[in-house]
Amino acid sequence: MEFLCEPRQSLLECLRDVIGLTGTKEGCNDGNCGACTVLMDGRIVNSCLVLGVEAQGAQITTVEGIARGNQLHPVQQAFLQNAALQCGFCTPGFIVAAKALLDQEPAPSEERIRLWLANNLCRCTGYDKIVRAVEQAAQELREVKA
Amino acid sequence: MSTAEMTVVGTRPIRHDGADKVTGRALYGADVQMAGLLHGAVLRSPHAHARILRIDTSKAEALEGVLAVVTGADFPDSPERLVDLGEGDTPLSYIRGNVLARGKTLYKGHAVAAVAATSAHVAEDALDLIEVDYEVLPCVLTAPEAMREDAPILHEDLVTKEFGEKTGRVSNVAEHFRYSMGDLEKGFAEADVIVEREFHTATVHQGYIEPQNATALWNNDGRVLIWCSTQGAFTVRDTVACMLDLPVSQVRVTPMEIGGGFGGKIPVYLEPVAALLSRKSGRPVKLVMSRREVFEGTGPTPGSYIKVKMGARRDGRITAAQGYLAYEAGAYPGAMVGPGAMCIFAAYDLANVVIDGFDVVVNKPSTAAYRAPGATNAAFAAESVVDELAEKLGLDPLELRLRNAAKEGTRRADGPKYRRIGCVEVIQAMRNHPHYKAPLPGPNRGRGVAIGFWFNVGLPSSCSLSVNADGTVNLVEGSTDIGGTRTSVAMQAAEVLGIPAESVRPTVVDTDSVGYTAVTGGSRVTFATGWAAYEAAQDVLRQMKERAAKLWETDAAAVEVSRGVFRAGERSMTFQELAARLGETGGPVVGRGAVNPRGVGGSFSGAIADVEVDPETGKVTVLRFTSVQDVGRAIHPAYVEGQMQGGSVQGIGWALNEEYYMSADGAMLNSSLLDYRMPTSLDLPMIDTAIVEVPNPGHPFGVRGVGEANIVPPPAALANAIYRAAGVRMDRLPMNPPAIMEAIWKQRD
Repeated sequence: MEFLCEPRQSLLECLRDVIGLTGTKEGCNDGNCGACTVLMDGRIVNSCLVLGVEAQGAQITTVEGIARGNQLHPVQQAFLQNAALQCGFCTPGFIVAAKALLDQEPAPSEERIRLWLANNLCRCTGYDKIVRAVEQAAQELREVKA
Repeated sequence: MSTAEMTVVGTRPIRHDGADKVTGRALYGADVQMAGLLHGAVLRSPHAHARILRIDTSKAEALEGVLAVVTGADFPDSPERLVDLGEGDTPLSYIRGNVLARGKTLYKGHAVAAVAATSAHVAEDALDLIEVDYEVLPCVLTAPEAMREDAPILHEDLVTKEFGEKTGRVSNVAEHFRYSMGDLEKGFAEADVIVEREFHTATVHQGYIEPQNATALWNNDGRVLIWCSTQGAFTVRDTVACMLDLPVSQVRVTPMEIGGGFGGKIPVYLEPVAALLSRKSGRPVKLVMSRREVFEGTGPTPGSYIKVKMGARRDGRITAAQGYLAYEAGAYPGAMVGPGAMCIFAAYDLANVVIDGFDVVVNKPSTAAYRAPGATNAAFAAESVVDELAEKLGLDPLELRLRNAAKEGTRRADGPKYRRIGCVEVIQAMRNHPHYKAPLPGPNRGRGVAIGFWFNVGLPSSCSLSVNADGTVNLVEGSTDIGGTRTSVAMQAAEVLGIPAESVRPTVVDTDSVGYTAVTGGSRVTFATGWAAYEAAQDVLRQMKERAAKLWETDAAAVEVSRGVFRAGERSMTFQELAARLGETGGPVVGRGAVNPRGVGGSFSGAIADVEVDPETGKVTVLRFTSVQDVGRAIHPAYVEGQMQGGSVQGIGWALNEEYYMSADGAMLNSSLLDYRMPTSLDLPMIDTAIVEVPNPGHPFGVRGVGEANIVPPPAALANAIYRAAGVRMDRLPMNPPAIMEAIWKQRD
């Protein structure tokens, strides 16, 4: 995708205001809440801390790109089955971060999941159901592979 | 209906808005886009207390790309009057003054002016060009300081009310009230053990992840159209109309998806400002707060100073209780000290009580509701003292609570007598929980318990249902869905209609499109809007029976319906079959429900917490945590658990980390999510839940409401656990490492 942006615009602004992909959220704009989490060439970044111009040539995955066509990704499915969201505002960041974890590690421990997700703040759930959802998604992904 | 007969209530269907919320399609307030949209920014006071001598906006107006600049002078110049927007009478000047300061700024972050421009960056650049001359005044930041006779006065026209009467004395105390019952002196004289302690709690923020936002268009027909993230679209409509001197029908509010609120998104901040900017520019204007603006410019919950004195006999009977609560309202009166005072001893059946409450203005942001507003501060104090009483009496802390627990017929000091409540059942569930019985070996570890109460509220809700030919039903409601209430409301309609939860499609609509509906707050949506949906579903069934009677050429009275099947003698039809035949029997069926329920059921909650305290650093690790709550009836148990877990964790954050760290001149020094440290996934264990169901006789399904009571006990439970782990009684929040080390060192000396 090609787009033009001002030098001072962040990747988050480019996604939301230039391209119109509003699934990625702004909660703090200083890298402390994780609501704007996206993948940049497979690595987790806070898109509010990346300039739009730095994204030139990079592959960016946002929450809009997680589902496989009409099929929800197992992480998305697990979030719904476990009631792992309440207001849903932090959810896009958690979905992207959790998928990135499970792409690399098929069987993370509870402690590992908690450490991995510590960059993403959720104020509604107390994280319990989010951790369980990621555990369930991991198990389902392992079963699909097996 | 008993639980056994119900097929939808008590199940865990996937929420109706689920797919949109895991794919990024759900549209929140800041996601609003429209042609010609301008972006705004707000100039805020750098001083905690200052007189505004001059504002010059001319340079900002001249900047290319700027289309409008507004200040408090742009509000209509209507005379002062009292306005009731659901929380008692408030002077119009206070409501307008908090949104755009006039004359004085009362806290650092107080909005002074706003700009609309072609981009957010241009708007921010323009703020630097607005010139404001201030006369800086001395500021006052805590209730005890603000109550002193020589304290700087925030409002020269604020006359202290005492016991309901105007005193004629100008001070920072907006009100002093008292609740009393029995004979306090006699009660203390009967006591074998008396504990008296003082407590301080810091200002904390609700911490919703989505910042406040508003988009407004002052349309060419004179109507003001608003899109925003709010807990109450009708409250925004009524407040904005009142501030702009418009009839309510001239304002339409569309509630977008909302990223958390917890009480903090009941007041308006940006909506009227966006409207003023739109009127001046002729274009739609969007305003979105930064995180710093959220901390400095919106309403946190009050900091407080509380004294509690309680006495008990050796047999474990509490004979007297006295409370003194001074809450910091922030810049304008309304500190929620009333509910704090009503809740402080609400869990106990007491004969002799005196409670004094003080609503005190200070130079901090004007406070707003935060989940069981006022109750958590109060319970931290009272439940710490109850714990100390139990220790002195040599009683198990839950046993002492059980011996004094409030029950049906207990009168609270503020007047009301309880109907059926679940306080005893909650304490029993705590005592029987495996967590309470489990051993907790190891040094520096301790277990604490506490209980708490929240009233919940009723208030009006409206709902309509229209039946589709395929047997599904569209549900239209006005309650913003913050935690899955579309589903808990739809499930109650589905239960009545005898169809699956998935067959009811709920939609939250704007203020033109549904009857008046009060805020998503007070744990009321599943209770009251759920009840409106119940009534609407009953209305649908009445009409459907008539349709079946028409088809069967019989009387509607001869038609019975049960679990979605209509019957008259031998004949029967399912809801779905009958829905397909509405066209031939008279046309569409639309059911309506509008309620203003009285049968509100209060909710009791308890917390069991295990902690480990590092004696070298003072860091507290939560090892295990269990939340117990009487919810009346759990409509969707997974989201009920979610409320209990979320409230518990907010309580844990309040207890251990969170605070407005203020400089002496009134600046918040930690206004970012890095420094205002809310719990992360790594800070917590799993949060266990035990749902207690003592059905509320005042609701068709027994619902009480579950959103709030769960935040009340955690700080006290953690304080009591810390005492058992480290041997220190904590008398202030937050109980962060410096506070704990200070307490440990003090004890060693």
